[in-house]
Amino acid sequence: MIKLEHVSKSYTKGVPAIDDISLHIQEGEFVFVVGDSGSGKSTLIKLLLKELEPTSGTITINKRNLSAIHKKQIPKYRRNVGVVFQDFRLLKDRNVYENVAFAQKVIGMPNRRIKSNVPRVLSMVGLAAKYKSVPSQLSGGEQQRVAIARALVNEPKILLADELTGNLDPNNSWEIMKLLEEINKRGTTVVVVTHNMEIVRAMKKRVIRMKKGVIVSDDTGGLGDEN
Amino acid sequence: MRINSFFYSVRQGIKNIWRNKMFSVASIATMCACIFLFGLFYIIVNNFQAMVRESEEGVAVSVFFEPGISQEQIDEIGVLIGKRAEVARCEFISADEAWEKYKEDYFEGSEEAAAGFAENPLANSASYQIYLNDVSMQDALVTYLESVDGIRDVHHSEVAANTLSDFNSLIGYISVGIILILLVVAVFLISNTVTVGISVRREEIAIMKLIGATDSFVRAPFVVEGILIGLIGSGLPLILLYFLYNRVVVYISDKFNFFSNIMSFIPAGTLFARLVPIALALGIGIGFLGSRLTVRRHLNV
Ligand SMILES: Nc1ncnc2c1ncn2[C@@H]1O[C@H](COP(=O)(O)OP(=O)(O)O)[C@@H](O)[C@H]1O
Ligand SMILES: [Mg+2]
Repeated sequence: MIKLEHVSKSYTKGVPAIDDISLHIQEGEFVFVVGDSGSGKSTLIKLLLKELEPTSGTITINKRNLSAIHKKQIPKYRRNVGVVFQDFRLLKDRNVYENVAFAQKVIGMPNRRIKSNVPRVLSMVGLAAKYKSVPSQLSGGEQQRVAIARALVNEPKILLADELTGNLDPNNSWEIMKLLEEINKRGTTVVVVTHNMEIVRAMKKRVIRMKKGVIVSDDTGGLGDEN
Repeated sequence: MRINSFFYSVRQGIKNIWRNKMFSVASIATMCACIFLFGLFYIIVNNFQAMVRESEEGVAVSVFFEPGISQEQIDEIGVLIGKRAEVARCEFISADEAWEKYKEDYFEGSEEAAAGFAENPLANSASYQIYLNDVSMQDALVTYLESVDGIRDVHHSEVAANTLSDFNSLIGYISVGIILILLVVAVFLISNTVTVGISVRREEIAIMKLIGATDSFVRAPFVVEGILIGLIGSGLPLILLYFLYNRVVVYISDKFNFFSNIMSFIPAGTLFARLVPIALALGIGIGFLGSRLTVRRHLNV
């Protein structure tokens, strides 16, 4: 599903943020990516979204070589990859329903389908009752659920999450992780970048640890310990 | 683009204008001024041209012949004149017709005075009345006619012809100049309005790109914004001009009815049937151009 072969990325010449990484994530996997700040986790996510081009190496997603995707085809490609961030990135002047519906409008979904799809994902993330609230009326956890609903409404094969619990208290973080696990069980491949080692250990999933742009451990057992 | 996305873009375009009221109003106002002036000049120039054309009809060159010339010779001269490119129409007026006309003009009501003339006092006044395609070519024609054998005299009104065509092109140049300046200002303001709109919505645009919005989907609302500004900015002045025109025509015809022989206005219907599409195309074109160029420059998508 996701395959990196000798991928490097340097923002400034000679200083790699990602340094010769090779990695394979199967369809339907749930993977944590952990590591200190500045170890290259967000850069990895951006490469997968084709927000950045690798300096060298090949990234293959869903059997497609990302470097072969033309600039004009990037929007279409991104519709297969849902993404959520630490800062939610919701449209602040629109309510929950509109934020989620927006993702469908962007891909040209007919209104009739939008009207049935949006309530379905909202109830899946447990926010069906609050569809009329605007982001400022919601807690951090709720806002992140809206973001997840928006990422999922177009039914992507892959869900990428960059520090999505970074702004949440432990309780909310847990619930969000459980939600991601649920989503994964329905068949979506999930890649979660996080700092929260407590959760990582408890979930017992595959853990990829990065340090200074390289993968220092890749632990299917689910501990991802430092050594 | 799907019909859904089309309505989305239009709604967002309207929202952009609304959120960004100050700049939108400034752009629309400039556009209004621009199209208003354009319309005004268009109306003036067209009416003026129509009047000039009408008076050009009246501006004829008269050719009189040497005494004792034969009718064959006159016919030959007529053929020569008819071959000239600048000649629209050439009428022969015989001496008798000239006398009839003279009597009509000057002896009206006192026909017995005219009857006192036993023979035609205008016996040598047979002439060609030559009407031109274009007054500016009058000089060339007169020079030519004066060189033709059998022609005694060529009458023409130099001053009228030249002033008319000069004045006409002067108005043309001034209006083109002013309109060009205003067009530049309008494009500049629309571009500014769209730039502000884009910078206010940077975050939203970034989000749209992340969820896979195509370039045209991101751009469309801004282009719609520009087009709407152009549409409003040309629609309003057109409506205003229409009412003004009708009023002014009625007013002038009333107050200065001694003018009405020389001044005949083009009917509003005829005039606006041409002006409306031109002005709307101009307004929408400017709006489209101003926003499209800006979007291309600022939205690197
Ligand atoms: N836009 C950028 N320009 C230059 N350097 C960057 C940029 N983004 C990240 N970096 C650098 O790349 C390295 C990896 O950053 P990042 O991928 O954000 O790490 P993480 O998400 O693991 O904290 C860091 O050293 C960071 O300073
Ligand atoms: Mg990061």
